[in-house]
Amino acid sequence: MNYTLLIYENSAGFDLRNTPDAAARQAYWGGFMAYTKALQDAGVMVAGAGLQATPTATTLRMRNGKRHVQDGPYADTKEQLGGYYVINVADLDAALEWAARIPAAPGSAIEVRPNLMPPG
Amino acid sequence: MDARTTIEQVVRASYGRLVAFLAARSRDVAAAEDALAEAFQAALVAWPRTGVPEIPEAWLLVTARRRLIDAARHARVHAEAEPSLLAAAAEAQEMIESELEFPDERLKLLFVCAHPAIDPNVHTPLMLQTVLGLDAARIAAAFLVQPAAMGQRLSRAKAKIRDARVAFELPLAADLQHRLDAVLGAIYAAYGTGWEDVNGADRRHSSLAGEAIELGRLLLLMMPDEPEVKGLLALMLHCAARCAARRSANGKYVPLTEQDTALWSRPLIEEAEQLLRAAERAGRIGRYQLEAAIQSAHAGRARTGRTDWESIALLYEGLVSRAPGIGALVGRAAAIAEARDAATAWSSLQVIPAESVTSYQPYWALAAHLLKRMGQTAKSADAYHRAIGLSEDSALRAFLTAQMPAMP
Repeated sequence: MNYTLLIYENSAGFDLRNTPDAAARQAYWGGFMAYTKALQDAGVMVAGAGLQATPTATTLRMRNGKRHVQDGPYADTKEQLGGYYVINVADLDAALEWAARIPAAPGSAIEVRPNLMPPG
Repeated sequence: MDARTTIEQVVRASYGRLVAFLAARSRDVAAAEDALAEAFQAALVAWPRTGVPEIPEAWLLVTARRRLIDAARHARVHAEAEPSLLAAAAEAQEMIESELEFPDERLKLLFVCAHPAIDPNVHTPLMLQTVLGLDAARIAAAFLVQPAAMGQRLSRAKAKIRDARVAFELPLAADLQHRLDAVLGAIYAAYGTGWEDVNGADRRHSSLAGEAIELGRLLLLMMPDEPEVKGLLALMLHCAARCAARRSANGKYVPLTEQDTALWSRPLIEEAEQLLRAAERAGRIGRYQLEAAIQSAHAGRARTGRTDWESIALLYEGLVSRAPGIGALVGRAAAIAEARDAATAWSSLQVIPAESVTSYQPYWALAAHLLKRMGQTAKSADAYHRAIGLSEDSALRAFLTAQMPAMP
């Protein structure tokens, strides 16, 4: 069964990506590289990506057949989607176990959701 | 232990005694818990303020009976359980009024929770909930399970106890050892897995360590002659003794071998040692006594200034021959690496099938360390990455990152 792990980080978490503090920066990147490797080596990795920060986001809405294009993310919340992994594991318990290992910054939230299966 | 914790333990003990008493008569654990839930919460609020009442069970029962009658009127309890629950409550009331000592049937409840008819994965959550009154959300968080799913698993298990009429009685002598193993296993699982003997290993589920020790003490109170009960409690107390030494003042991970022994709790170590000595006198060795003896050997460093790795490796041999789990095999290899050399340790690790360690962090932490000592830099770095990726704790990730060999 495929599960998607959605990583929501606050601004402090996003700042770690290019913080001038070299040790903290390396811990952040090194942590995610090691985690991705652990997923691959365990044979459960399906897909994943890190997303650039929300100022780079563009949101497109369709209203009454008209397109509205807007700068910024879909919702203006304290935590923002920073990346995701799709993993293939037996059940939700296993997915939560992998979610607990995501080296996201303190204050982050990981949302775990089963992927939708096509009907039939 | 502060006053509040002591009172919480008294509340939990009286609650557990009443749940056991009512459930043993109605066979309906869920209904007994339901009837007592409000009284339990009220006691947790009131007693720290007012002090513990003279007969705590009577206080809880008076509060609970009102709810029980009310629930019966509204058909909220299982129809079959209602008359027997009310009768049990009346019986309990009479016992309390005639000033008899209130019977403690929590041992029967522990054996019911770890009954072979119940899914082994639910044994521990069931004990934590029925005996100590922990809520499903707290248990779910400790075991990393969705709260709704944990609630369902617990309800299913309680329905099974009621519908399959699982007996509230102590196992017969012929069954006792086997049934006791299940009870010990469930308490051990509440304490947490993870092998501290391996530098850089992730300890898991330890947020329930205090509750596990409480269950261990309860079991010892009711089975004072079983050496493995003493062994398990000694093991947990030895590990608990090191609580303050596992992190430095600035939050860094400190491996067991580098912990400041002055920060270890002497009273807990002393209590553990006494229990272990008493257990050994029974002359029936078992896995928990062996595990406690391993921790006792580590504790010896506080007296002698050195760790006796030869003894630890030998104790692990005994443990592996009795209970060859992955944790024991990894712990044995870690001890061999210190007692002898990394290459011998590495070859002892090879008995573990690769598929069983794909996501077992302590294995990779040890493999990384051994490969580094054997001069296999690239393979070691690879294993370090894997161990870091499998760690849940940022302090541990930082420690392992610092241990990584410099690439040539």
